[in-house]
Amino acid sequence: MTELKENLKKQIVEQLNLKDLNPADIGDDMPLFVEGLGLDSIDALELIVLLQQHYGIKLAKAEDGPIVFKSVNTMAEYIMANKK
Amino acid sequence: MTKPEFTVTQYCRIRENTISKNGNALFNNPNEPFSRFADNAYRFLNMAYPKFHKMDNLSKLGLLASDIMLNNNNLWNKYTPFEVGVVLSNQNSSLDTDIKYYEQVKKGVASPAIFVYSLPNIVIGEICIRNGIKGENSFFISDHFNASQQVQYVNNLLKSNVVKACICGWVELMGNTYYAFLYLVEKSGDTKGSPFNIQTIEDLFNNKIE
Amino acid sequence: MGTSVYVAHVGIISPIGNNLAENLQAFEEHRSGVDRAQFLKTRHDAEFPLAEVKFTNEELANKYDLDIGLSRTILLSYAAAAEALAPFDRKQINEFRTGFISASTVGGMDKTESFFEEYINDSQSGDLKLVMHHDCGKPTDYVCNKLGLKGFVTTISTACSSSANAIMLGARMIKSGQLDIVVAGGVDALTRFTLNGFNTLMIVDREQSRPLDQTRVGLNLGEGAAYVVLMSEHAAKVFAPNILCKISGYCNTNDSFHQTALSDDGKGPFLAMQGALQMSGLLPSDISYINMHGTGTQNNDQAEGKAVEKIFHPNYPKLSSTKSFTGHTLGASGAIEAVFSSMAINKGLIFPNFTFNQPIDGLHIKPETTFQKNVSVNHVLSNSFGFGGNCTSLIFSKI
Repeated sequence: MTELKENLKKQIVEQLNLKDLNPADIGDDMPLFVEGLGLDSIDALELIVLLQQHYGIKLAKAEDGPIVFKSVNTMAEYIMANKK
Repeated sequence: MTKPEFTVTQYCRIRENTISKNGNALFNNPNEPFSRFADNAYRFLNMAYPKFHKMDNLSKLGLLASDIMLNNNNLWNKYTPFEVGVVLSNQNSSLDTDIKYYEQVKKGVASPAIFVYSLPNIVIGEICIRNGIKGENSFFISDHFNASQQVQYVNNLLKSNVVKACICGWVELMGNTYYAFLYLVEKSGDTKGSPFNIQTIEDLFNNKIE
Repeated sequence: MGTSVYVAHVGIISPIGNNLAENLQAFEEHRSGVDRAQFLKTRHDAEFPLAEVKFTNEELANKYDLDIGLSRTILLSYAAAAEALAPFDRKQINEFRTGFISASTVGGMDKTESFFEEYINDSQSGDLKLVMHHDCGKPTDYVCNKLGLKGFVTTISTACSSSANAIMLGARMIKSGQLDIVVAGGVDALTRFTLNGFNTLMIVDREQSRPLDQTRVGLNLGEGAAYVVLMSEHAAKVFAPNILCKISGYCNTNDSFHQTALSDDGKGPFLAMQGALQMSGLLPSDISYINMHGTGTQNNDQAEGKAVEKIFHPNYPKLSSTKSFTGHTLGASGAIEAVFSSMAINKGLIFPNFTFNQPIDGLHIKPETTFQKNVSVNHVLSNSFGFGGNCTSLIFSKI
């Protein structure tokens, strides 16, 4: 699970072009949206692409986004639960 | 000599990896592809605006030029957000990004972050978001920069008080060939600069960088 | 304060009709143009309904005596512009200072993506002639030449407000005395590029869209073209005893919030509507009908709805989104809706939503659900909001 989270952080930084950010600076529980990392709606869509590309998981409903993408922790949990 | 009605108070040119403001060279980064040049310019200018890295090259080009031009300008001491407009033009629209988007699609990955930039006026959106500008804005497509059309249009906006200041120019990019020429026109007060007319704008557009 | 600006005639080709009469008939019959894709070949065709113009390129080319190899953008643009200019003698028109202002977001993309398919597999293949008209400016130049207009010409590209901005520019140039007659509007043809792109933004409905409804999930993509012929007072006296209406107000603003979403409180739309009202000297209570931008996305309808409430609450005019019939025709939408707005004034019509069941939570807006005739329609407000925060409102008025 730790390795998954470390990989996720690197993928997030790369996918979202967060150039000024070190993956290690993303806390496991840090809110990704609104506060914390301050991502926006397009970033949310890119995370959906990330899930599909790297983990083969398709998030069918955009409305589930806020729950799944709340933090690296919730993303990792979702991936473990749904990975094919 | 009568005082000009409107004045070009600032301008910025970016081409061939060189940035100049009001005719003075500011930054030079030869032999780099545009994306690396843009990143280096971003750092040189201490822009501290992480959203920059998500933009496509056309928007990066426009934002660099507008940041340089508006730096220390105190727009909001003089105008309200609704009184400042943006009028830009180019030849190739967002084709550079359209191609990048399509290349991704062919690889089986459709990137929303790239698609968002497949319209030329998004660069205007980015300039407005960065600076809080809310006035009239438009984007024109033409084979070559049309100083006459742009000056007449902006003149009309200023005369009718639709805006009191306007960021105008040409922001064109295809691959590593690009040219940004941005200028700020203001209703004359105590503003120093060049008279806003077709000749001035053509001359500024065509000058080589010192 | 400058001459009045009149709408002398209009032309339109859309998913609900190939000319003005057919478009109005579709509203009479409550027939939407949204359907399974028939003309655009795409791997999404089972997933998303589209609002297509019901002609193949070949049929369009034959009907309008144009080259079959031309981009669909050019074919549609010419079809609408030719209808708009049909009553007027071209030689007589050219004795005045004319303008052709067209808008598009995709330009000749339909041809370019065909070229690209081959090119990306083999850089020596692909017919370069296909990309000749890719630039948004090329369809404008081509159509202008074909129409025989010899004056000012320019192309605007500001996403979904493009053709509304073209009309606004035309009105402005007439009002300031620079031109006498302007054909202004826009066009967009459906392309796989557009469909794929909007799909990644997850704002497309897999069913008929439901603008302004609480249950809405997205838009239906559409295509089409429309143009209005604008005239100064002087030109109108010479050419057009049967003027449709006048343009009494317009305003464009930037929402400056996000590249593709409007601010929660719809500041940009609010300022655009307010600015148009101020210019026209009208009160909110003077507006008979609002043709909403109403794409059917969560974001637009909420933000636009909030802005409308701020201006009109508690006395709302009749309103609707005709995109529920035509789909979202992108660069053409401003002009298509300008045509509907002009006809609303001229013929006393109120256009409905195709469907409506439930108002958006927290808002009081209830679109019309039936097509109405013989209504006294004095002033119509038409909204068009584009990506990049570009917000435009136009006001059409009885003469």
